[in-house]
Amino acid sequence: MRAAPAATAVSHFTLDNGLEVVVIPDQRTPVVTHMLWYKVGSADETPGKSGIAHFLEHLMFKGTAKNPAGRFSQTVATIGGQENAFTSTDYTGYFQRTSHEYLKTLMEFEADRMTGLVLTDANVIPERSVILEERNMRVDNDPGARLGEQVTAALYLNHPYHHPTLGWRHEMETLNREDALAFYGRFYAPNNAVLVVAGDVTADEVKTLAEETYGKVERRGVFGPRVRPQEPEPIAPRQVTFADPRVTQPNLQRSYLAPSYTRAKRGEAEALDVLAHVLGATSNSRLYRALVVDKKLATSAGAWYSGTALDMSRFGVYATAAPGVPLVKLEAALDEVIAAFLDQDPTGEEVERAKSRMIADYIYAQDNQGTLARLYGAALTTGQTVEDVIERPARLRAVTAEAVREVAKQYLDKRRSVTGYLVKDIKDVAAREEKRAL
Amino acid sequence: MMLMRTALAAAFALALTASAHAASKIEPIVSPGGIKAWLVREPSVPMIAMDFSFAGGANADPADKLGVGNMVSSLLDEGAGELSARAFQERLEERAIQLTFASGRDQFRGSLLTLGDNLDEAATLLRLALTAPRFDEEPVERIRAQVLAALRRATTSPTDIANERWWATAFPDHPYGRSNNGTLESVPQIRVEDLKAYVGRVFARGSLTIAIVGDIDADRAGRLIDRVFGGLPAKASLPVVPDAVMHGLGTRVTVELDVPQTVIDFGGPGLARHDPDFFTAYVVNHILGAGTHTSRLYREVREVRGLAYSMRTNLIWLDHAAVLTGGTATRSDRAKETLAVIEDVIKRLAEDGPTQDELDKAKSYLKGAYAIAFDTSSKIAGQLVQIQLDDLGIDYPERRGAMIDAVTLVDAKRVAKSLLDKGLLVTVVGRTQGLNKTN
Repeated sequence: MRAAPAATAVSHFTLDNGLEVVVIPDQRTPVVTHMLWYKVGSADETPGKSGIAHFLEHLMFKGTAKNPAGRFSQTVATIGGQENAFTSTDYTGYFQRTSHEYLKTLMEFEADRMTGLVLTDANVIPERSVILEERNMRVDNDPGARLGEQVTAALYLNHPYHHPTLGWRHEMETLNREDALAFYGRFYAPNNAVLVVAGDVTADEVKTLAEETYGKVERRGVFGPRVRPQEPEPIAPRQVTFADPRVTQPNLQRSYLAPSYTRAKRGEAEALDVLAHVLGATSNSRLYRALVVDKKLATSAGAWYSGTALDMSRFGVYATAAPGVPLVKLEAALDEVIAAFLDQDPTGEEVERAKSRMIADYIYAQDNQGTLARLYGAALTTGQTVEDVIERPARLRAVTAEAVREVAKQYLDKRRSVTGYLVKDIKDVAAREEKRAL
Repeated sequence: MMLMRTALAAAFALALTASAHAASKIEPIVSPGGIKAWLVREPSVPMIAMDFSFAGGANADPADKLGVGNMVSSLLDEGAGELSARAFQERLEERAIQLTFASGRDQFRGSLLTLGDNLDEAATLLRLALTAPRFDEEPVERIRAQVLAALRRATTSPTDIANERWWATAFPDHPYGRSNNGTLESVPQIRVEDLKAYVGRVFARGSLTIAIVGDIDADRAGRLIDRVFGGLPAKASLPVVPDAVMHGLGTRVTVELDVPQTVIDFGGPGLARHDPDFFTAYVVNHILGAGTHTSRLYREVREVRGLAYSMRTNLIWLDHAAVLTGGTATRSDRAKETLAVIEDVIKRLAEDGPTQDELDKAKSYLKGAYAIAFDTSSKIAGQLVQIQLDDLGIDYPERRGAMIDAVTLVDAKRVAKSLLDKGLLVTVVGRTQGLNKTN
């Protein structure tokens, strides 16, 4: 398999004011992807202000002294560009994609709103209603998403990853202009940001343009290591159950506390990625084969690993019960699959298939400059380096079957986990547990 | 979880768009076996994307076996030829070959993504999937259980209910009014013979459309095409589907569901793809609700009043009907207000038309967006299939800009009036008190 071509040509440098810049050349189309990432997310919020990172992201479109509300978006729209923004636990990003001759215009606008944001109650209050509707749509209207929030909150006993990025509703309802501006003043600065540009541009061009635009923004404050309260060593399995009359097919999801690429010992995170693949990424995975194909206890089953995070992250497994199958029975079968996995190394073929697929994904990613830009932006705002991204396919290649079983033994320990049940009626679970106890 | 500021647009809403840059290099090719395709050579990344479409889709489902095409789409990679489901999946995975199939309303679509080094294996597996699917009992029952689980879930999902009620009311006696995925009643009735019969009727060279993008030349592409599709019968046997007239204008359908947020779908007739006013309607729709951060509905419903997070409209053209639909979701106690705002925005656009400034900006956006919206080989291949299905011609990407430029304010006002002045069919799902009236 050939190596990823573009990755080796990536440039990385820092402006005098502390802004990090990554340039990813892609000469195939006359298009440029311009992304500004801030090293701040919902895990950096002050207690009681959950959701403010995401709320501020929405408010960043309300205009500056120099460019009143709508001008930036309208300019991007008029030149046929795309734009959007996103917030996670660890980062907040803004991006546009346009024809490459507009790169400097994008940089001027984005540099301006790094410090020039103007907010009024007239535009803050309706936008607060928008994020509450966003919460309604993504979470409150969806029983599975509501359970997911409860599982996350139960998993993180001490780390701020326990609260949703959207925020808890009762706190979102109180967020205001002052909260947003305080958060903005504290975290939005060139020396707390990463600029990623992908497209038909050279590193020299980007450097010149960035110096003429972002370079004029003064460095502010000192951003030391991002230290958040960490998790104690987990000692007790936790179980949460959420009942909603709209549930038609009970399901279960379990999250284990597991290290991210940034927190893992060398090679561990890559092994966790392979583990997630072997255990549950495809219809040939262990969980799918055992629970869906062979035992017919579930209609779906799988596993995932979330490796991109600054602090302790998660490894997850899930299954949806086949009609009439109680969740306790499904969970017992799931536990058997995991126990069997811990007993014996996965086969060479299983590990090779997983690695081939994941390494191919890095090559497929070369076809999409937006995907590449996100890969680098997310890495650099969660404590990884450009070299880490470039070397990842080789490090995945080096993962052994022993290493996969080793991380499984270490991290798929029920004491590190929360298991969530989604049911139609709370009595369903209680009755069955009683029956089992007899 | 990562939260996006605005919901991503539905894929079909942008179905007009392809990379003009890539499109400028489209080569029409004919395989040695006589099968036509469009090819874009893109040697810089060692991969190949192929998209293809057979006429049929859900329209080819027998009326008493709805959802056959959908089940076929999930079962083609679950065992074929000598390979069991497990062996087939392993072969795909070993070489990281991605095969996907989907049964739409009018077409059965498929796509292949592979590294160039694995093209032969990819062709072998895709040929087997299309010409010798096994439909063994185990995968059939497993996929049936998954389809039924999804159908059951849809019975309590406000977005699914609103969508299903809208189409069922708009096209009551037509395949467009039925579910692509079948129903809780029809899916248990589907037998292996039905699946095999669907494949035999629908997969044929005569109703096949292909586009290939990637590190591959015309010779190799021709051999790939013959290898994959050469063994299919020449002609499909498809039911005659009549053109459909949209029903239900002026009707409001409400479904009570105890959820905090009320889902509203609305819409009326659209314009056929070959209607001379199509591009004018496309521009009007952009101004009304398709412009992601700039449309009138976005501004009035979301930005000014904070009534919703997602708010957009889509112009949809099918083989036998065209509609303009829109949707939003709003807190229950303000659903009535939201609907009133939407109706008022539509009424004003119908009566007064867009302004010159709105028209200029919309045209500028729609022209510029063409170059950038579709940036990956897979997306370009998908768009090239769509351009062929819409019968727009291989030079369409070069002509498109002029077609948008030709839209005048007089046209836009006239089409806004005819498009938006017919009343709406509205479906509302949630706590619907105060909304149970037919207007």
